[in-house]
Amino acid sequence: MKPVVHRFIVLAVALAAPVAAHAGPLEDAVEGLAASSDDKIEEAVTKLAALDDPRAISVLDALCDDRLRVGSDGHPYIWDSKIREVRRPLTNEIVSPAPRPLKEVEVSNDIRRVAFPVLAQLQLGSPNADVRLAAATELSKAGSAEAPVLLHKAMSREKDPKVLEALKLAGARVDLQSADPQARIAAIAVIGDSGNDEFLSALQQMVGNKDDGTPREPNPQVRAAAQKALNAVVEHQRMISFVGDLLHGLSLASVLLFAALGLAVTFGLLGVINMAHGEMLMLGAYATYAVQTAMHGSSAYLFVAVPVAFLSTGLIGVLLERLVIRHLYGRPLETLLATWGISLGLIQTVRLIFGAQNVTVANPDWLAGGVEIAHGLVLPWARTAVVAFVVLVSAAVWFILQRTRFGLQVRAVTQNRAMAACLGIPTRRIDALVFGLGSAIAGLGGVALSQLGNVGPELGQSYIIDSFMVVVLGGVGKLAGAVAAALGLGIVNKLLEPLAGAVTGKIVVLAFIILFIQRRPQGLFALKGRVEA
Amino acid sequence: MRTKTVALLLGGVLAASCSTPPPAPAPGAAAAAPAAPAAPADDKGPIKVGILHSLSGTMAISETSLKDVALMTIEEINDAGGVLGRKLEPVVVDPASNWPLFAEKARDLIQNQKVAVTFGCWTSVSRKSVLPVFEELNGLLFYPVQYEGEESSWNVFYTGAAPNQQAIPAVEYLMSKKGGGAKRWVLLGTDYVYPRTTNKILRYFLHSKGVADDDIMEKYTPFGHSDYQTIVAEVKKFSAGKRTAVVSTINGDSNVPFYKELGNQGIKATDIPVVAFSVGEEELRGIDTKPLVGQLAAWNYFESIDNPVNKAFIDKWMAYVKKNNLPGGDKRVTNDPMEATYIGIHMWAQAVEQAHSTNVDAVRQAVGYQHFPGPDGFDITMDAENHHLHKPVYIGEVKGDGQFHIVWKTDGPIKAQAWSPYIPDDKGKIANWLYPWACGNCTAPKFGGAGTVAAK
Repeated sequence: MKPVVHRFIVLAVALAAPVAAHAGPLEDAVEGLAASSDDKIEEAVTKLAALDDPRAISVLDALCDDRLRVGSDGHPYIWDSKIREVRRPLTNEIVSPAPRPLKEVEVSNDIRRVAFPVLAQLQLGSPNADVRLAAATELSKAGSAEAPVLLHKAMSREKDPKVLEALKLAGARVDLQSADPQARIAAIAVIGDSGNDEFLSALQQMVGNKDDGTPREPNPQVRAAAQKALNAVVEHQRMISFVGDLLHGLSLASVLLFAALGLAVTFGLLGVINMAHGEMLMLGAYATYAVQTAMHGSSAYLFVAVPVAFLSTGLIGVLLERLVIRHLYGRPLETLLATWGISLGLIQTVRLIFGAQNVTVANPDWLAGGVEIAHGLVLPWARTAVVAFVVLVSAAVWFILQRTRFGLQVRAVTQNRAMAACLGIPTRRIDALVFGLGSAIAGLGGVALSQLGNVGPELGQSYIIDSFMVVVLGGVGKLAGAVAAALGLGIVNKLLEPLAGAVTGKIVVLAFIILFIQRRPQGLFALKGRVEA
Repeated sequence: MRTKTVALLLGGVLAASCSTPPPAPAPGAAAAAPAAPAAPADDKGPIKVGILHSLSGTMAISETSLKDVALMTIEEINDAGGVLGRKLEPVVVDPASNWPLFAEKARDLIQNQKVAVTFGCWTSVSRKSVLPVFEELNGLLFYPVQYEGEESSWNVFYTGAAPNQQAIPAVEYLMSKKGGGAKRWVLLGTDYVYPRTTNKILRYFLHSKGVADDDIMEKYTPFGHSDYQTIVAEVKKFSAGKRTAVVSTINGDSNVPFYKELGNQGIKATDIPVVAFSVGEEELRGIDTKPLVGQLAAWNYFESIDNPVNKAFIDKWMAYVKKNNLPGGDKRVTNDPMEATYIGIHMWAQAVEQAHSTNVDAVRQAVGYQHFPGPDGFDITMDAENHHLHKPVYIGEVKGDGQFHIVWKTDGPIKAQAWSPYIPDDKGKIANWLYPWACGNCTAPKFGGAGTVAAK
């Protein structure tokens, strides 16, 4: 008997060797990823799922991430963008020279939908808790056929409480269909505790009736548990959406404040109706773009962009004041027209230099994505950073105006220009510097806005009305007024939006402001004894 | 001061002409210049062609490249000898994204500039604004952008898609197993005529497929809306429990904050696919596409379509960009409305050749049945009945490089439906400009003939 087995092995090796040095089911399945049709690729992915071998993680990851290539020899390779070379899947060795031309394996959502759960299933064994958490969350959304067994296996060895919770939830999805009423009740309890709204419709179905009037869930105990869990989920979601609205309002407030802060300085302190204020925001955003391009997208570009935007828009502000606005003090209508003309000129200049199209300002890696503070409530990093940044800038502006000698002079000029001049304050120079400061703050606003929305020549136009609204509502000349007005407008807007829709919400807010200004023309915070400039 | 300068200049010119004994050359040249605009009247001068696209204002982002591609096409036709042996002379005007100004500029083009044809408009509201002008003055407009349908005019040729050539196939795709089998629908748009009408059609269509009103969420935002936090959170909530797809008719600028918010809130295309009807290669140039990978768009043309005609089209465009040093340089792309503009201009030129005239009535008769090898890979025909192109439909998924991976396409070009069969009010409405119908909106033939309609 023994010699026969030996002979077979020898024969098998001899047969296999010329075909491929490394034939095995895993290698075969990986080779299948290089197929030309979507169905074949899906088949290969399903095979990888059945093999349950974590060595396939890197190649599946490459597939989902558009990094898988097919070489001229028909084999799959993983593209490594760092070294601009390809690696052989599984062994990870660099293949040089690459078998060019390399063809990208184009994956559609169809394939990704199959591949994501498989990838998650393989990653359940990862030593990294974050990876396991993401994998468990993915599996709770859509499980593969092998999921139940794998989930229970993973649960038994899981130590991290967060991952365990996510795994339990993934298991609950499976157990909800279980024939055992106790298992169903346990699954419902897990869902009720999580407050996860993914299961809302499943729970609703369980408490509902069939078409003939009989309950869909035969066991009354299970039904009661489902009703309880349903109430818990709905309650949890109500709370989440309220907190969410508040947070969204805070974020909108930070944007409004950034748009208005510079204006609060130029309009508030100098009384200049600066229609070109929005363009300072726009120039700040373009400065960010220019820095990003110059630094080839290095993720530290934002730190350079902040001083560059501050200085460049500040300089433009000072020039603007020296060349145009200085000659128009005390003539608000002419200032309005002149600055509007400047605004059009700046827009067209930017359009000629950078083109009419929007330019791409990508969020740096550390600002992309967000943190999930509760299920269904994601706090995006970019927005959080903008809130923090606006707090910082407001504090700095407050400090400059209230605690420095320059600030004292500015306030003196604002309150009584003639007297300030008599006391030897160079009012003309102060005017120029204040205007420069206002513009520079707007430039910083541009840096922040570039992280949230469009960067195009028209950027400023969409914020100019909002910024005037904030300044007028807050009370001209008061920083605290601008902060309060921005906060109020942001939160009211966001609480109204889910109720009334974005369009109606905006109209209601506008109507409210008009009524408010009718009642209290000086705004929320009035400057006492201010002499018109 | 100014009068003095003019006087001095005049004096100089007079002195110059006096000092030259033979008939003064300068006044002669000056006299010839005003005569030039009259030249198109005779059959030797250039044919004037109007280009009516916003080069400033909110729509400049989209329309500028249509102006560029129109100029490229005209140059291409001129290099090949022009039309009827005459050169085409583009007259570019800027309606500045201002809808009433569109009508004024259109009137100026037809009445004062005497253009033979106009290529222009992007938003439906701009088209609705110029429509009465073209009908009153019997002008000819080629409109190159996908739109909401529910219209057919004797004076307009629509080279963009009608809803059944874009919106409906896209929704059908998302319903299919391959597209994810969506059961719930979010119809999200900017608040104006195109999204509202398209969503109305889609709602009726979804009803016909057995989707209940509870499973449809319709949301509108103002033009230039930039804060999508609440809406994305609502979409996420709405999607809980059932496969959900978003149909986006968000226009222009608002797309960037919308997609950024989707990415930030961690919504992937495999969870909630978003199909957009106004996002193409050109719009993606202004977006960081990484968080968008897998999101969908439905068009009749993608730059990534692989065929020799498209390759030649792209090469021509890139060469034109380089030669004229257009902003954006080698990052410029082609997109669906650009292709539609290109086809439209060529079809008009072919029709003029065939009609042996630039007369609007003659050319109009000749435009129907024209066909042209489109960069979309098919021989594209103009429908003589409803003035719309027969177009293929492609559905693409966004790739990391800002191009589209085509995941679905029709077998061939499909005929446009100017009036949607899904809207009950449209029942029996016909757009047919051939005898005996001769109308864009009727349920019975009008034997009066097209002339009376045009002259109304």
